[in-house]
Amino acid sequence: MIINHPLLGPRDAAEFVIKGDASLIDRPDWQIENAAEAFHEYLFLRDNPAGEHRELWYHEQGDRSWLVVTRNTLTHEVTRVEMARDVARKARA
Amino acid sequence: MTHRIDGGLIDRSQTLKFTFNGKRMDGHPGDTLASALLANGQRLVGRSFKYHRPRGIFSAGSEEPNALVQLRTRAAQEPNTRATMAELFDGLSATSQNHRGSLEFDLMAINDMMSPFLSAGFYYKTFMWPAKFWEKLYEPVIRASAGLGRLSGREDPDVYDHGFLHCDVLVIGAGPAGLSAALAAGRAGARVILADEDFRLGGRLNAETYEVDGMPGADWAAQTVAELQAMDNVRLLPRTTVYGAYDHGIYGALERMTDHLPDAGGKPRQVLWRIYSRHAILCAGATERSMAFGNNDRPGVMLAGAVRTYANRFGVTPGKQVAVFTNNDDGWRTAHDLSARGVRVTAVIDSRAGVTHTLDGARIETGSAIVDTKGRKGLNWITLPNGIRIEADCLAVSGGWSPNVHLTCHQRGRPVWRDDLAAFVPGADLPVGMRVAGAANGDMTLAAALKTGRETANTVAKDLGLTPSRKAAPKAEDEPSDITAFWHVGGTKSRAWVDLQNDVTTKDIKQSHQEGFRSVEHLKRYTTLGMATDQGKTANVLGLAILAEASGKTIPETGTTIFRPPYTPVPIGAFAGRARGKDFRPTRLTPSHKWASENGASFVETGMWMRAEWFTRPGEKGWRDSVDREVEMTRNSVGICDVTTLGKIDIQGRDAAEFLNRIYSNAFAKLPVGKVRYGLMLREDGYAYDDGTTARLSETHFVMTTTTANAVLVFRNMEFARQCLWPDLDVHLISTTDGWAQFAVAGPNSRRLLEKVVDDFDLSNDAFPFMACAELTICGSTSARLFRISFSGELAYELAVPARFGDSLIRVLMEAGEEFDAVPYGLEALGVMRIEKGHAAGNELNGQTTAAQLGLGRMVSKKKDSIGSVLSERSEMNRDDDLRLVGFRPADREARLDAGAHFFTKGDTPSLETDQGWMTSVAYSPSLGHSIGLGFIKRGDQRMGEIVRAHDPIRDKDTEVEIVSPHFIDPEGERQRG
Amino acid sequence: MHYSALKVLWQGLTGNKGWTEVWREPDPKPEYDIVIVGGGGHGLATAYYLAKEFGELNVAVLEKGWIGSGNIGRNTTIIRSNYLLPGNQPFYEFSLTLWEGLEQDFNYNAMVSQRGIINLIHSDAQRDAYARRGNSMRISGADAVLLDRRKVREMCPFLDFENGRFPIQGGLWQPRAGTVRHDAVAWGFARGADSRGVDIIQNCEVTGFQIENGVCRGVETTRGVIRAGKVAVCVAGSSSRVMAQAGMRLPIESHVLQAFVSEGLKPVIPGVVTFGAGHFYISQSDKGGLVFGGDIDGYNSYAQRGNLPVVEDVCEGGMAIMPMIGRARLLRMWGGVMDMSMDGSPFIDRTHIDGLYFNGGWCYGGFKATPASGYCYAHLLATGRPHETAQAMRLDRFITGAAIDERGAGAQPNLH
Repeated sequence: MIINHPLLGPRDAAEFVIKGDASLIDRPDWQIENAAEAFHEYLFLRDNPAGEHRELWYHEQGDRSWLVVTRNTLTHEVTRVEMARDVARKARA
Repeated sequence: MTHRIDGGLIDRSQTLKFTFNGKRMDGHPGDTLASALLANGQRLVGRSFKYHRPRGIFSAGSEEPNALVQLRTRAAQEPNTRATMAELFDGLSATSQNHRGSLEFDLMAINDMMSPFLSAGFYYKTFMWPAKFWEKLYEPVIRASAGLGRLSGREDPDVYDHGFLHCDVLVIGAGPAGLSAALAAGRAGARVILADEDFRLGGRLNAETYEVDGMPGADWAAQTVAELQAMDNVRLLPRTTVYGAYDHGIYGALERMTDHLPDAGGKPRQVLWRIYSRHAILCAGATERSMAFGNNDRPGVMLAGAVRTYANRFGVTPGKQVAVFTNNDDGWRTAHDLSARGVRVTAVIDSRAGVTHTLDGARIETGSAIVDTKGRKGLNWITLPNGIRIEADCLAVSGGWSPNVHLTCHQRGRPVWRDDLAAFVPGADLPVGMRVAGAANGDMTLAAALKTGRETANTVAKDLGLTPSRKAAPKAEDEPSDITAFWHVGGTKSRAWVDLQNDVTTKDIKQSHQEGFRSVEHLKRYTTLGMATDQGKTANVLGLAILAEASGKTIPETGTTIFRPPYTPVPIGAFAGRARGKDFRPTRLTPSHKWASENGASFVETGMWMRAEWFTRPGEKGWRDSVDREVEMTRNSVGICDVTTLGKIDIQGRDAAEFLNRIYSNAFAKLPVGKVRYGLMLREDGYAYDDGTTARLSETHFVMTTTTANAVLVFRNMEFARQCLWPDLDVHLISTTDGWAQFAVAGPNSRRLLEKVVDDFDLSNDAFPFMACAELTICGSTSARLFRISFSGELAYELAVPARFGDSLIRVLMEAGEEFDAVPYGLEALGVMRIEKGHAAGNELNGQTTAAQLGLGRMVSKKKDSIGSVLSERSEMNRDDDLRLVGFRPADREARLDAGAHFFTKGDTPSLETDQGWMTSVAYSPSLGHSIGLGFIKRGDQRMGEIVRAHDPIRDKDTEVEIVSPHFIDPEGERQRG
Repeated sequence: MHYSALKVLWQGLTGNKGWTEVWREPDPKPEYDIVIVGGGGHGLATAYYLAKEFGELNVAVLEKGWIGSGNIGRNTTIIRSNYLLPGNQPFYEFSLTLWEGLEQDFNYNAMVSQRGIINLIHSDAQRDAYARRGNSMRISGADAVLLDRRKVREMCPFLDFENGRFPIQGGLWQPRAGTVRHDAVAWGFARGADSRGVDIIQNCEVTGFQIENGVCRGVETTRGVIRAGKVAVCVAGSSSRVMAQAGMRLPIESHVLQAFVSEGLKPVIPGVVTFGAGHFYISQSDKGGLVFGGDIDGYNSYAQRGNLPVVEDVCEGGMAIMPMIGRARLLRMWGGVMDMSMDGSPFIDRTHIDGLYFNGGWCYGGFKATPASGYCYAHLLATGRPHETAQAMRLDRFITGAAIDERGAGAQPNLH
């Protein structure tokens, strides 16, 4: 597969390490009332869609950026690649 | 060479000598092993998989099911090589395979007599009684008779390379469509790669008598190849099979570099290319298939197109009296071509009625068929439905051509049926960037192949923003080849083969249907149809047709099986490339490696690193002598150990302290400048993950160490936390594991030793106490970092210098330490001392244990957010009867402990229910004079002094051990603070 | 029809005309006591044991495509019980004992071949870990032998003892482990279930659950509504997709695992061998093909195909320990979709919806578990209680913190 890195251009997926669903960006607040439940859902439960999937890839053999890659799990087609940091900042804003 | 005829693309000026089963034969450059065998009249070349039936060469290409030979000898012995793909070289040695006794008199041919009892799936219905006999009797017999060729059992002597190529257009196949496509794309200026599995580019142009642009097809191919070769933007890859289509335009290809040479001469045997393409044009042509009729597997029964190839390209006739059996016009070309070359064609049998073709001197039967053949080790006769027998030593069969759709299926695309061709063509869901042209797409005539190749390339060129060339398209005849589907001849008792290699007959397919294996997937699994080394290239469609007939459905209703990579088999060695032996993975050496190897070190693999385990001195009888000495001398005076392999992460920024506070479970925000703190990391699921020390060099600058094993993972996770969880913190990370050489200097004399090395720096306990850190210079001017931390439990320091000074530093330290009898110590002594101190390491921090179990529960701060703190509170991770890390010593001090033993309360019967825990690490403690261990045991902290069993059935041991504090030495920590 | 050598002889003499259907092709009835969703190995085994051991005869197995067309037909065929943790070990040992009597039990030769497995050891820490594991096995009644380097060499002289980057120090051997002809397992269970009256319905895809007041009463399928007393989902690889129809999110990701087979070769490898310093495992089939595999590709996928980096990684692992296979050719590679769970261990449990049961999360260890998975699922369905060897395989274990994490890799499926 090829990941089109927003800063570096197309790169072989073998340069990356994949972590999983991009929802892992949305770590719950530890002080909320149902924190244990929220953390359980956050860490363990997955939509695991057959189709479009937003996921976290890390350019370990490259610039060490974490990326959010939108990829289809049925066809492997990649439709969007973003810097995870931008996604995370947007989510917090 | 009894079967040579005139013509062909071989070099008759040179003779190549080769042997088959020890028999000396001659051939010419340009021959394949198959054409050379046929030239020498060798019809019998192998035995089939199941029935050990005599078999001959069937095809002239990579689809060959029969003619598999063992090539070369000794360690270079190569099983299952297709004689049709092996390029002849001088001195080639080939032997036939899969027979007991000689090829001519195979004892296993008895299987053929037994065939009524060996029908589809027979083995699922018997060999069940008695149960024990399967492994002892039935299976060994089956295994011994199964398999085809033999591996040498020795290391593959050749080397394989990997390479990466990029192109705008990858053209797969250099037949008429491929050459035409490459020419058009090349002329338009695209970066083109043209790959073909053959050693001579041209595909069927080299095998037919067609003309292109008024010249023989082979000449046009050669001229086109020359033009392509002259283009800077075109790369030709002959002898290269594109074996797989992968995501995003990536193709796998295997180039056979030296397989056609007697000796690789040190060059790589093969190169595995990974080709990154923007577009691909599949011009893989088509493969002819057979028809099923009685005893259609005898040596001499061949594909009609292959017979033509041998005559036209190789100047060989596979027989002196050739008969043709066809259901389409193409079969007639074989008859005409052979006849034109002076080969006697005895008969042409066409299954279609009303065909008007003629051939002088041949018996013509239309609307007819062949019902049986005769000839034990080679064809002698064919029999027609009316009982008439016709003499023939070669039967050319054409059941039509199947487009080579394989690569279009590699991403699960499904081909679609075309009735007019009686064949599957590529479906709509092609791999991204792939187009198909020529016969592979169902454009079966030469003119159509040339045209669609060019047009497809022009479309691609426009997509690339290039201007297609205006040069005229090559001109060729366009005579359509009519076909009326005809699959198998009924009404005969003789067996009719569908899959030649796996011995699947029409009866097997019918029986499979009868037993309910009616989907194609069930059929192929039950009968093994299409599962042999040829993957059913000539058999699958025929098998499907017979299944369709049995179920009363059409072929498209019955389905198709799709193809998976590789297109043709690829050596495992080629996939592995250079990553073999010592080069399997990179080797990382510590800065003191050279010094250590000069000083008796024995090294051990720890991950990618090589680390010194111990340093042997003269007179030491075993490793224990060395390790005990290293421990004793360190504890009594001073020892030095290279700890460079620990992960080192440089952390800087205004929010660095806050960041660490969230990474570590214990508090870091208030760590003073000039101090080091031990830190524990959890995973988000609350389990202990990694530990190490972090030093604060300034308000905004920290230096972290991680364990050797987790260095990469911890850095990755910290980057995740930095970029994804807390992107607003001002903090930056860089891994400096390779940047700094770091040595532990441990023991009561460590301060005195270091005082000789540092520049003007007060090392006294007041000025530089336990857990202090500083940046300083040593040896006059070399910048260094000093940490007063201790893994051994002794007064100890870790001194770091830029990695390039590492070798010098170990020499300086050892020289400075001479007066104290300083010793280098290795990984083993390090391990002994940490067990004596009760520090957890990899065996305890194994990803399955909690902070509480490790005795570090209090390090998980509940006053702040940190990774893992919330989920560490889950109930099952905080049970009252939870495991605790404690120490163990043998009740009988002479006894030796072993890691991996499980603990049981005295009196309990060992079972998973009564299991109390396990021993994680053991060592012989030279300081205590007996074996000691660390381990997890339920409620261990409350069971001090209890004697339990360390049960070790796998070593036949059962030892009574006493639960003690894990801190065997200096439990109060006075030494390290002194 | 009972199979035997005599039957094969008789049929051979009479033209093999008398063989009957191995299973029927019935139309679905409007209602069953138990509907099993998924006609893979585990689903068919569940039906078989429900009928045979628990007297549940009004059972249907619904299969989207053809039975056995999922991972039971796409795996490296290894059976073993060399597990460490108490939540796993007894279950896999139970499975191995079921394998041992399976063929006589269902009268179908699945070629259960106990030629042993050797997990190679390359470091002291690995030996410690394998000793702990081997002891777990021995304590729970399984067989395990710790081999030193000399003994491994005696058993597998073809391994690279001279030039390995990670030298072979020994091995953990389980003699009773081995391989099985994978497709035959599906067919044998199907045949056994069918002959006891279970309806096996192919080309019948479940498109929804009929959940009424929190109780599951049946399924909607491409062949109409089928009502059921209990609905038992058993669709590893597609678990998330199917359970999403019941509104559930699972602790599972779908990943692709590739497997490989070489051309047929005369016997060279005696049992199963696994590499301890890379991810590679290999055996040789009765037909002579080297059957091998390695790591998952690592990304979520339902595409049933993988990519080249892992192919190369696996072959590198092979060449690292047995460089004699360099000239053997890889014939076929394929990808299966795995339910990768958050701790690498499976689930056999009821759900919060009454009447809806779930079996899945088998990661890439599902094949060896087939008989026990079927048996334990049948036990749960028939008795309402988990089987004693499968009590830890609960869906709520991540809430309570009772993960069964053999690798100690934590909540990241692609690390298991």
